Amino acid sequence: MASIKRGLPRLAAATVLAALLAAPTHAQTSGKTIKFVPQSDLRVLDPIWTTAYITRNYGYMVYDTLFALDEHLHPQPQMVGSYKVSDDKLTYTFTLRDHLKFTDGMPVRSADCIASLERWMKRDALGQAMALAVGEMKATDDRTFSIVLKKPFPLLLDAIGKLSSNVPFIMPERIAKTDANTQITDPTGSGPFKFLKDEWVPGSKAVFVKNPDYVPRSEPPSWAAGGKVVKVDRVEWDVIPDSATAAAALNAGEVDWWEQFPPDLVPMLRRNQDVVVADTDPLGSVGVARFNSLLPPFNNVKMRQALLYILDQTDIMTSVAGDPENWKACYSVYTCGTPMASDAGAAPLMGKRDPAKAKALIKEAGYNGERIVLMTATDQPSINAQANVIADEMRAVGLNVDLQAMDWGTLVNRRASKAPLDKGGWNMFFTWFGGADMLNPSLNFPLNANGEKGWFGWASDDKLVALRAQWMEASDFATQKKIAAEMQEEAFTSVPYIPTGQFVMPTAFRKNLKGVVPAPVVFLWNVSKE
Amino acid sequence: MFAYLVRRLLATIPVMGVVALFVFSLLYIAPGDPAAVIAGDFATPEQIAAIHKKLGLDEPFLVRFGHWLWAVLHGDLGISIFTNLPVTQLIGQRVEPTLALTLTTLVVTIVFAVPLGVIAAWKAGTWVDRLVMIVAVAGFSLPAFVLAYLLILAFSIKLDLLPVQGYVSFRDGFLPFIEHLILPSITLGLVYGALIARFTRASMLEVLSQDYIRTAQAKGLANDQVLLRHALKNAAVPIATVIGIGVALLISGVIVTETVFAIPGIGRLTVDAILRRDYPIIQGVVLLFSAAYVLVNLLVDVSYTLLDPRVRY
Repeated sequence: MASIKRGLPRLAAATVLAALLAAPTHAQTSGKTIKFVPQSDLRVLDPIWTTAYITRNYGYMVYDTLFALDEHLHPQPQMVGSYKVSDDKLTYTFTLRDHLKFTDGMPVRSADCIASLERWMKRDALGQAMALAVGEMKATDDRTFSIVLKKPFPLLLDAIGKLSSNVPFIMPERIAKTDANTQITDPTGSGPFKFLKDEWVPGSKAVFVKNPDYVPRSEPPSWAAGGKVVKVDRVEWDVIPDSATAAAALNAGEVDWWEQFPPDLVPMLRRNQDVVVADTDPLGSVGVARFNSLLPPFNNVKMRQALLYILDQTDIMTSVAGDPENWKACYSVYTCGTPMASDAGAAPLMGKRDPAKAKALIKEAGYNGERIVLMTATDQPSINAQANVIADEMRAVGLNVDLQAMDWGTLVNRRASKAPLDKGGWNMFFTWFGGADMLNPSLNFPLNANGEKGWFGWASDDKLVALRAQWMEASDFATQKKIAAEMQEEAFTSVPYIPTGQFVMPTAFRKNLKGVVPAPVVFLWNVSKE
Repeated sequence: MFAYLVRRLLATIPVMGVVALFVFSLLYIAPGDPAAVIAGDFATPEQIAAIHKKLGLDEPFLVRFGHWLWAVLHGDLGISIFTNLPVTQLIGQRVEPTLALTLTTLVVTIVFAVPLGVIAAWKAGTWVDRLVMIVAVAGFSLPAFVLAYLLILAFSIKLDLLPVQGYVSFRDGFLPFIEHLILPSITLGLVYGALIARFTRASMLEVLSQDYIRTAQAKGLANDQVLLRHALKNAAVPIATVIGIGVALLISGVIVTETVFAIPGIGRLTVDAILRRDYPIIQGVVLLFSAAYVLVNLLVDVSYTLLDPRVRY
């Protein structure tokens, strides 16, 4: 017993020493480094190979674009210094700005731009539409090149200034020549930041430093356009998978900026006077309930229409985003608050819900209690919330719903299956898109109802396909608006999917960060740390 | 002894082979397709199919297993499907935090739990015993993530004594290295410590009832000598066994602890790989964990010879 007694003072001394070692040096981050907690983990370094938003955001750090979308939804020259369009609108000639340079020290040349666009056109849906119109792309000299069209393509500047995935980033020709189905891993770009691949720990950390050779434009930043002035030396993306831990780290000042977080943490973060909770995404995100149009019962349009009368965006969005300031009902297939949005044909989805009408349609469809498989991803809160509310609303009108929970990795595999239910098939799944991806018919992916060649669910509607083609050829806004409204009316008739509402994922940053650019994509330029 | 070690090490080869086959088979039949995850939400089925083929995921099971096994035998665990980085490099990046966390936990837990178990046994039936056992039961009962949040709230948010999350390598300073490990070690160590404390108590109680203990006391030996030289030494073999078995608890606990404290260790690497179906990483990590577990148990077996001179190999 004596030795135990002798040991106690030593233990006490060790405890005191541990407390001394734990001096509060941890809450400060260095002055010119922004510690940023991204929405997810950076895994893939090829923004053309994947459409993942995190890789798109990485792309904006390390690459630049020929054109870029501004807050008025207009594509503005970015790497391009000047351009001209021939009178017949078939030849676009671009001249690059002075002093554009890749991080490997090589100048940006016309050949780099052409190779990058060629690779992008093989992967991106709008790029593929553009490819059908492109006759040739040719370099006049190292800084001037032309795109010669076979037929007019009024969306050309919108396409090469596309805001969201896949963004036509410009890469060195040697990299852009890589097969479009093979992932590139060389991060050489000409953007405002340089990626430090040696410090990259996938799943944990990605480090960027200011690109000293980047020459920003002189205009003020406006979404992806304008001057991309980097005001810090270094940006660290620190992945914190647990929301509660990330909130605590932001509160303690261990990180400077948390890109997206669950809305239920807003009140807690707002209580900290050193933290700014903001909604910097003017477009938000749009929820989508997608049908499998190949399998019964949703191969019957009346069944799809029936759901328009029972899905309640207020209930769904309250579950997804909580406080009404984080969401709004959006009865349009285009992002609400943008030029193409309207409520054309949306009456069945609006106003008081009408279960009686839904039941009548269900009866007309000949539904006889067959099992309806809904897939939900429990590791994606925005998706799981939609699924649970909608399943409940469907059960209320007598539908035999089998809500199957799985992780996102399983869901994205299963949704590719066209098999019947007893062989792993499905009837509905839920997802969401950034508002920038639903701006118009050329971008709205689920609206492209080209049957089994199309997106999962394989909606088939020849009228929608024809209208989409017309929209892409329309040269004036009034015509585009008219066709977009027609498409929406058709979409609420054939119902390839149902929009479930528009919501924002709030962002939060320390008060000493200044100059955050409001935009649908998080940009790290123009932000200073005081 | 040397021959025994060689035999045991050789015996791990078939064990690892079975583990490899089992893991590969499980992943093969598990739902999920990394190509679909990689391609993103906008990808068409054709684009996913192209990536699927590019990754060689459409090859038959035996062909894929054969390729993988051949590479593993050459020390190559493959390339991560997502990052295109070698699995060995990814594991290499993550070994230090996990090793630091588990070793710290192991040492701290043993240093605290064994004495607590000894004291509880020595004071069996008293309030000291009951207090120790209450702490031990609480340790079993309290989920690691709840304890982690409570510790963060108390020591990081309220008292501002310790960092909330993250890991700092010892190469970047011993002080921040230790700072970042204190809360995760307590979180990870509580269940493990509870197990060891309870087992130490039980083992000691059995030994303390033996005749030779009474004899030692009758000879007039001091209490600490009786406890440490006679009782604990004889109770040590089962305690060492539990410490070895409990390493499995640490390995599984590391996954939760690393996630909550955002420590870039192998536990998080495993979870991320599973969620994305990054098969080469999952296979590599499971092999590593199996090897570690086999090795720890070998070390425990060897420790018997040190703890009990009657044990010979």
